[in-house]
Amino acid sequence: MGWIGETVDSIKSLQIRQVLTQTVSLGMIVTSALIIWKALMCITGSESPVVVVLSGSMEPGFKRGDILFLHMSTDPIRAGEIVVFNVDGREIPIVHRVIKVHERQDTGEVDVLTKGDNNYGDDRLLYAQGQLWLQRHHIMGRAVGFLPYVGWVTIIMTEKPIIKYILIGALGLLVVTSKE
Amino acid sequence: MVYFLRSSSQLSRPEAEEKNNPKMHSFGYRANALLTFAITILAFMCGIASLSDNFNSPSPSAQVQVLNINWFQKQPNGNDEVSMTMNISADLQSLFTWNTKQVFVFLAAEYETSKNSLNQISLWDGIIPSKEHAKFWIHTSNKYRFIDQGSNLRGREFNLTLHWHVMPKTGKMFVDKIVMPGYRLQDDYR
Repeated sequence: MGWIGETVDSIKSLQIRQVLTQTVSLGMIVTSALIIWKALMCITGSESPVVVVLSGSMEPGFKRGDILFLHMSTDPIRAGEIVVFNVDGREIPIVHRVIKVHERQDTGEVDVLTKGDNNYGDDRLLYAQGQLWLQRHHIMGRAVGFLPYVGWVTIIMTEKPIIKYILIGALGLLVVTSKE
Repeated sequence: MVYFLRSSSQLSRPEAEEKNNPKMHSFGYRANALLTFAITILAFMCGIASLSDNFNSPSPSAQVQVLNINWFQKQPNGNDEVSMTMNISADLQSLFTWNTKQVFVFLAAEYETSKNSLNQISLWDGIIPSKEHAKFWIHTSNKYRFIDQGSNLRGREFNLTLHWHVMPKTGKMFVDKIVMPGYRLQDDYR
């Protein structure tokens, strides 16, 4: 009980101005992170400018836990590019390489076939049933840059949510209790 | 990210203030400062490594011979399909720098038809893990099926293009190609 009393006293002894400062600085941190993310979205034109590789289907190029930077320009899609695409009925986007492209003469629409470098066959088995080609609207972006290992942080956090809560709690506590 | 932003503001504090504030010497602050410094240096080195790739001016070479058309037919659904045997030789050693993890190389048939302004069909691909393997010679039939959208392959002229994607250990990926024009498919199925 003595411990709780001390804590209550120490909270009471905090000046209101100091509490306000802490709250504002916490808000600044959150908003600056948000600003950076949204700015990246504007610059790259992709709704998720950074993705984490989750499977080994592009090994040895990309391993699980690597980070890819995406770019979505109006440039046409060409064979060999590494694209991130969504398949109808699948929640998680896939990062694979384009191996075939057919671009229409009249409309400019493209039919694209992809394959993982480490997979034996092409991706038609992964597409929706009966789907032979990807179209432009399936593609979220193409990979332009690469950073190894950093994505493990998010993989660990999604698979072990408890670690995420501990981390958020510890950071929050640090911000609130630090006297600047 | 949160941790990083926060700690960098603390690093920039004037040193004179440290003496008045015993908290500055606590374990948490030291660990924080060390981590921030380490991450900053690491990010800086990654950036420099990626930038240094720009100073490399490669001079790769490639040759492809179509040795034989194994078969050439119209599928029941009306699309033309052809199978061929090729000799591919290339020297890509100059693409490798100290920041190169691997080079992905593929050979694509590229042609135009009345229906499609561009058709790109990958016929063969490979991953080159190191500079020692970057000068190669391979005798192969097409690894992926060479199928047209429609029946336009008889007598069709096409380019064979060797593309490569340089994957770095970290940073920006580089792409280039060698176009080899002047290939032509025969006029009849066989």
